[in-house]
Amino acid sequence: MGRIEERFTALKKEGRTAFVAYLTAGDPDLEATKKLIPALEAAGVDIIEIGVPFSDPTADGPVIQAASQRALKRGATLKKILAVIAELRRTSGIPIVLFGYYNPILSYGPERFAADAAASGVDGILIVDLPPEEADELRRFTDPAGLAFITLIAPTTDPQRARRILRRATGFVYYISITGVTGTAVPRPDDVRRDVKRLQGMTALPVTVGFGISTPAQAATIAPLADGVVVGSALVRLIGAKGGSGDLIPAAASFAAEIRRAIDAASPPNSPVK
Amino acid sequence: MMKRTQPDRHGHFGIFGGRYAAETLMPALLELEAAYRAARKDAAFKKEFAFYLHEYAGRETPLYEARRLTEALGGAKIYLKREDMNHTGSHKINNTLGQILLARRMGKKKVIAETGAGQHGVATATAAALFGMGCRIFMGEEDIRRQAHNVFRMKILGAEVVPVAAGTATLKDAMNEAMRAWVTSVRDTFYVIGTTAGPHPYPVMVRNFQSVIGREAKRQILKKEGRLPDLLIACIGGGSNALGLFYPFLDAAGVAMTGVEAAGKGLTTGLHAASITAGRIGVLHGNKTYLLQDGHGQVRDAYAIAAGLDYPGVGPEHAWLHDTGRARYVSVTDEEAVEAFVALSRQEGIIPALESAHAVAYAIKTAPTMGKDKIVIINLSGRGDKDAETIAESREGKE
Repeated sequence: MGRIEERFTALKKEGRTAFVAYLTAGDPDLEATKKLIPALEAAGVDIIEIGVPFSDPTADGPVIQAASQRALKRGATLKKILAVIAELRRTSGIPIVLFGYYNPILSYGPERFAADAAASGVDGILIVDLPPEEADELRRFTDPAGLAFITLIAPTTDPQRARRILRRATGFVYYISITGVTGTAVPRPDDVRRDVKRLQGMTALPVTVGFGISTPAQAATIAPLADGVVVGSALVRLIGAKGGSGDLIPAAASFAAEIRRAIDAASPPNSPVK
Repeated sequence: MMKRTQPDRHGHFGIFGGRYAAETLMPALLELEAAYRAARKDAAFKKEFAFYLHEYAGRETPLYEARRLTEALGGAKIYLKREDMNHTGSHKINNTLGQILLARRMGKKKVIAETGAGQHGVATATAAALFGMGCRIFMGEEDIRRQAHNVFRMKILGAEVVPVAAGTATLKDAMNEAMRAWVTSVRDTFYVIGTTAGPHPYPVMVRNFQSVIGREAKRQILKKEGRLPDLLIACIGGGSNALGLFYPFLDAAGVAMTGVEAAGKGLTTGLHAASITAGRIGVLHGNKTYLLQDGHGQVRDAYAIAAGLDYPGVGPEHAWLHDTGRARYVSVTDEEAVEAFVALSRQEGIIPALESAHAVAYAIKTAPTMGKDKIVIINLSGRGDKDAETIAESREGKE
């Protein structure tokens, strides 16, 4: 069993909703990323999504765009990010998902990427601009390497398409809760409840919800409706504001702890199955 | 004879093209593809498109024999396909009329578009005004500065011009922002892409709407010369005017075709937009193609004196035509383009767009090496009024 599956199985036993945190690797620099991840883990994050910065992040809102620019200016590359993950892996068992765009991987070489990512301890990948129609050119390497291919479902994805996509999904399902780019709108709970329920009826994989959840209150609203809640832009905004300052790590940890508490309060551990 | 079996049903031209798009957009792209396929087969749609091309855009455009230029160069006979004579001043209107008619058919009330030189923005704003549709145009701040004239035109036409400050604030950044806006408004908004790039079906759809250029040119040259030309020349940003001219000639093996990229300040300076000549295979804006990028897959900023060529990618069909050897791709510098701009203005009384001047510049190099019995068609994709200031700046800079 992989780390992602193990984590969701354990959470399910406890009746808890997963807290997935996104951060852009290399923002403000890779040294900070190295410290942020264990701090977030200690604060109660279940799964880390590590954003690989790209020059043209067309699915991201202004917050993650700016973080990507900062990371690229400070020299973050896919190769260096994999090295950071390999180093973290010596002490941490937290499931790690690489989140990004296809071109840096294509440039790195899909086959080499699959081998290096797996060897570094990456558990899954989520490539925003690689829909199922184009995914085979990467999955033919990453599937055999044991990397989960996290599948996105959007509010615009109709049920037939969702069913077809989910047949080949692995790891978990990432439901994009808004029709928009990251961190720019707030999901409507009623829509999320309906859509997540529908997806759960189509797949045995856990369904997480993200793209628009930025406050503890919003996390609390979504937590009872899904198997996992993703918080990205809000954390990235905080990291951007703190930059290289001394209280970056404690501030990020305390924000994550707040989200954790909100999630657990809204869907209390060992409560009856949702 | 070359068989036209490309693209496949997912929009791949060989290894190029495809649909590398976010899931939020995938259903819209599939819907668009189905709607376009139905429209293509619909005689009423074809008739309507032909009507607006003729009655509104003013087609057909002349195929004009450039006698003084031919004489001055002393080689092949040169014809100009006068796309600059279209309504709005460039070939862009062919495509925007097609796409906006399709948008109407699909029941969309709003359109968005990206623009570099502003020609596609003006053509979109024009077609949107014609049909009373809401229109937002995304344009890089740098391009807004150097193409102020077109910004005024778009505003007069009722479009909202949204400035984009990201990156180098040029065409690539405008397209990023337009794609984000589309993700956010995809349910009621049609994205009018201006070139033969983007996710499938855009490269095919734009090429087909633009291929009226080549179909006319073919008919016209047969009438004037009784035979097909030896060489077609067109400038390449994303590549829509070039494909529009090339496509109807692809199966005619005797017709050579050359796409002219912008070498900017020179290929060795890093300041250019020559994606095929100097790029590597990559994925950007929904398709796989030749891309200017660094060693880590980060897209590099393109540079060209002509805003409409200032793009780090190129349409996937061009990438494929390059790899198969069916078309040749070369590049000319800013300086050569400016010289050609002046030469055509002085010799023929035609001020070309700086984009089109790149094609003229290559013709100036190659026509003298060809026999007088050879025939060349240059696609004069747009007129150069918009570039007067850029030319003035560039000439002052030299003095």
